[in-house]
Order: sequence, then structure tokens, then C-alpha cells
Amino acid sequence: MPSNSFDIKSYRGFQAITILCLIILYAPLIVVMIYSFNASKSITVWEGLSLRWYADVFTGPESGKFKLAAWNSFLIATIAATVATTIATLAATGMIRAGKFRLRNLSYGLISLPLMVPEIVTAVATLIFFNAIAFERGLMTILLAHIAFCIPFAYLPISARMQGIEDSYEQAALDLYATKRQAFTKILMPLMMPGIISGFLLAFIVSLDDFIITNFVKGAGVETLPTAIFGAVKQGIKPNIMAISTMLLGVSVVMVTISYFISKKDQKS
Amino acid sequence: MENRDIAIDVKNAVKRYGTFTALKQISLSIADNEFFTLLGPSGCGKTTLLRMIAGFEDVTEGTIHLYGEEIANLPPNKRPVNTVFQNYALFPHMDVLENVAFGLEMRGWSKRDAKAKAGQMLELVQLTQFAKRKPAQLSGGQQQRVALARALAPEPKVLLLDEPLSALDLKLRKAMQLELKHLQRETGITFIFVTHDQEEALTMSDRIAVMSAGELQQLGTAREIYETPRNTFVADFIGETNLLEVSVDKIAEGRATCHLGGGHELTCNAVEGINVGAKVRMSLRPERLFISDAATESESLKGRVVENIFAGTDITTIVDLAEGPNFSVRTSNSDRGNRRIFEPGNDVFVNMEHGAARLLID
Repeated sequence: MPSNSFDIKSYRGFQAITILCLIILYAPLIVVMIYSFNASKSITVWEGLSLRWYADVFTGPESGKFKLAAWNSFLIATIAATVATTIATLAATGMIRAGKFRLRNLSYGLISLPLMVPEIVTAVATLIFFNAIAFERGLMTILLAHIAFCIPFAYLPISARMQGIEDSYEQAALDLYATKRQAFTKILMPLMMPGIISGFLLAFIVSLDDFIITNFVKGAGVETLPTAIFGAVKQGIKPNIMAISTMLLGVSVVMVTISYFISKKDQKS
Repeated sequence: MENRDIAIDVKNAVKRYGTFTALKQISLSIADNEFFTLLGPSGCGKTTLLRMIAGFEDVTEGTIHLYGEEIANLPPNKRPVNTVFQNYALFPHMDVLENVAFGLEMRGWSKRDAKAKAGQMLELVQLTQFAKRKPAQLSGGQQQRVALARALAPEPKVLLLDEPLSALDLKLRKAMQLELKHLQRETGITFIFVTHDQEEALTMSDRIAVMSAGELQQLGTAREIYETPRNTFVADFIGETNLLEVSVDKIAEGRATCHLGGGHELTCNAVEGINVGAKVRMSLRPERLFISDAATESESLKGRVVENIFAGTDITTIVDLAEGPNFSVRTSNSDRGNRRIFEPGNDVFVNMEHGAARLLID
């Protein structure tokens, strides 16, 4: 095959730069994953394959703290993602199906803007807000803050999906004697479902690993996994942190994979 | 229309979007069991009118009655009419049978009864073996038939069809035209068909309403509209025609005598509303003209052949008239024995069959 000189693969150094980028991106993750299976107490010296740090996470001296933090994290992520996805679904339906209304572009901007605002600013603002209304800090403040910042993450895939659904489907449903509510639940919702699931998973992951906002608004003694890990690391990095990190990474990978297969299956049909 | 019930009666219907008027005072009656076509170029308001009957657009002014009942203010799900959409709008997440059963279930039929009836509808459109397929797994023609079955299943009083054949290729479209016509006869349901394709309209319709710029231009059978077009728009939009500018000199016994710019005299049937002294257009269909090398009568128009265009079943000869524009004259290829084809450059006369000329109001 004659080589095409415009093909980026034929540029000198292309391969080297690619490999370098991949190493910078993934080497730290891979090191953490490998060393989470280390038998040694040291985080740098390899002493053989072992699951002892995974056992330590569940039964070791710090296991109570981590279990509670994990429970908090998953509880908050589940509720926050559910509520944020519901709000985002309604927002997308309103924005896209209400036709052209005044301030539509502004509304779209207002929903997406939090993605652009530096997280530290949101964190400080949220903290000041809770203080101003004298809302006692605890799990509830974390949950409310998570719902708020998850909405734009849930909104993006849902509205993208909805823009691809022609309104003739709902018209056909109405034409075939469905009420507006039936047209929504029987036609529009199932068609939006891949977007809704993607939005939920994205919101879930974003909530699960949020540190900055959570750290600001959490009450004393209330921990989520990221803040618990941060607290533990301050006293020195132990291999059990690597085990927790690897498990968290596993959860994220599973979620992203599910999301990928849903959108792929959807494209086929 | 004689002694038949009126299925749809539109009176003085107006549709405005802000300051833009999409429909200007349309009134028309569609008879029970009629295959009625709304024909016009895009933007003429035909789809707007259809969507007003379906209930997707509200009526700015005027009334719409369905078998005597005022429906202009009912939501679409309360109107016993169903629509076949241009893009079919088959529900992608349901299989073919579920799609067809949907309307029946929404009307309160049990799942079992609805599926049984949907099965019968699929038989009617010969798609029984595809019942479990998803719409995306069907060809365009098959999707079209599913859309038809879905709209017909709840036995609507009127079926609305919004350019349903425009996405199909020519052969399939021709086959579907016949199938639609048969389906309409079999079911006895009133069909209102929207199209911009005049040939499709002529082939299928009992009556045609020709629309342009939000107004009704002419309403009549295919023959009436083709042979006695009311105005230039209809004459030009339906089929092909040749137009001559004429002045009306005399009207007597139902015949009008007119002259061309150069003074050449022509007579034709008088038309109500066109009086002596009027400057109007005359329409002459190309297939009702023939060419000879000598004038056959005083009305023959002198000209010179520009070119011949061969198009399978017929040959179109372009003639440059001495007293008018270029004319198209069509000679059927089955008529070759009787008609001579003249070569470009030949001086000829264009002659018209009796009754071929038609005066147009504007």
C-alpha cells in the first residue's frame, strides 16, 4: 500500500509522542492497581502477590471508618443522581418541547454554566449559603450540594438525546388517542431512556468522587469515601488506600462500560 | 357530492402565525368515502390545513366539522381521525404488531383484542410475517404499510395522509398509489391525501383541491382540473401547457373570438367571468396540438421547428411561433404512422384539436 504523506501516522515522532502521552496518563493508575496487590507494608517495595490490603479494607482497624464512608458515598450518589436526573429530564423536556420561548438560550446557559464555574468557587458559595440560612452541616448538606452540581452533568446527555427525537412521535401518539401523559410515559420516556441512563451514571460517578464541595459542606465527623481517603492519606499512605482506590476505579469503569453498551445498542436499533 | 354525507366541512378557515397568514379563508367540503387530495407546491398551506383537521395546529378563524360535529377545538386524541405521517413516525422501541395495536389500546381495548385486530390489519397490508420486527428492520415501503395499518386499525372516520409516498422510489411509489386506492375502496374510509406531485394526485383522487399561497385555486375531479383549468397557476402546475396572451374581441353563443398580439384570430369556448375587451391567457396542452406543413384551417399558427426531444412514449417538438413564444407539441410514439416528425429548421403550422384551447381567468 502506498503511504499517504498526509496521514498523521506517517509524521516522524508520532508514535513516540503517543506512547509518552499514554504512559503519563495511565502509568500512575497502573502502579496503584499493581501495588494494591502487594504483600508488603511498604508502598514502594514489592514483596509478592497478596489480597491482604483488600482484606484490610473490610476487616482491618480502619475498616469501620471506610465502611461508613462508603455507605455515605453510595447513599448520597444514588439519591443525588436520581433527583438530579429527574430534574434534568423535566428541564430537557421543557427546554426542547416548549418550542421557541424568550430567554431560551439564557436558560440553556444557566443550566450548563455550573460546569464552567471553578469547583472551589461553588464550594465556597455553597458553604456561605448554608451558613447564611443557618442550615446545620451534615449528610443533608452534602446531599443538597450534590443534587445541585449533578444537574448539569445529567442534563447534557439527556438533552442531547432528546434533540434527536422528532416530535412527530408524540404527535403520532396523540393522534392515536393517547393522552399527553401517556404520550410522555409510553413514547417519549422510553425513547429518552438511553440518555436518562447515561445522565444518571454520569451524575452518579461525579457525586461519588467529589471531594472539594463535599469537604466544604460536610459536617464534623461526617465522611464520604473521598474525604475519608484524604484524611487517611494525611497520616501517611498505606497500601489499603491503593486497594480502595482500585475498587473505586473498578466501579467507575463498570459504570462507563454500561453507559457505552447502552448507547451502542441504541445506535443499532 | 350528490346525496352523500359530508365527512369534513371546512368553513372560512384561517391560519395565522404572528403576522404571516398561512391559510386565507379556505372553505371546502369533503364527501363521505371520498379520496380527496390537497395538491400544491411546498408552502401553499396544504399540510397546515391537514394538521388543522388532525388537531396539531389550532384554527385561527373559521370552523371544521366532522360529520356535523364541530372539532376545531378538540385535542388530537379526541378526534376520530388518524394520520399517516410523512416520515411514518413509527415508534422505534415497539415492534410492528405493538405499533399497530397502540391506537386500539389507547382507546381502551384489552391487550389481547388489540393485538388480534392489529394482526388482521397486518394481514390487510400483507406484513403478517414481520409482526415481531422493529420498524428499523423494515424497508421504506414496508414501514409505509405499517404506518397505514397503524392509522387504519382504530377505524377512523377520516384518514389523513401527509405526503406518505414522497420517500419511496418511483416504482414503489406507483405500486403504493394503486394499493392506497384499493385500500380506500376496501375500507370505505374517507381519505384526505396531501401531495405536491400532480401526477400522483391525478392518478388517485376522486377530487382534487389545488392550493397555492394559502388559497384554494380550483376544486374538481382530475379531469376537470386538467382539461378546464381555471387560472394560469392551475394550468401551469397540473401537467404541461403552452400559454398565449390574447385579447377577447367577441363573445357569442358560448364561443369567444380572440386575437394574438400580431392580429391572428382564434376562437374557443367562452368562460364565465371573462368579458369582451379582457386581456387574458389561453392554455393549450401539448398533446392536443399537431404539426403540419400546410395550414389545415385559418386558426393554424405559423412557426419553425427548433428541436425534437425523444422521451420514450412520445416525442416533444419545440416550435418557435411567428406570433408568440416557443410552443411544445407532443406526438405519441404509437401515432407515428399518422404524424410526420419535422426536422429543426422546417417551417410548419401548429394546429389544435377542437376544444383544446382554454381561456384562463388570471
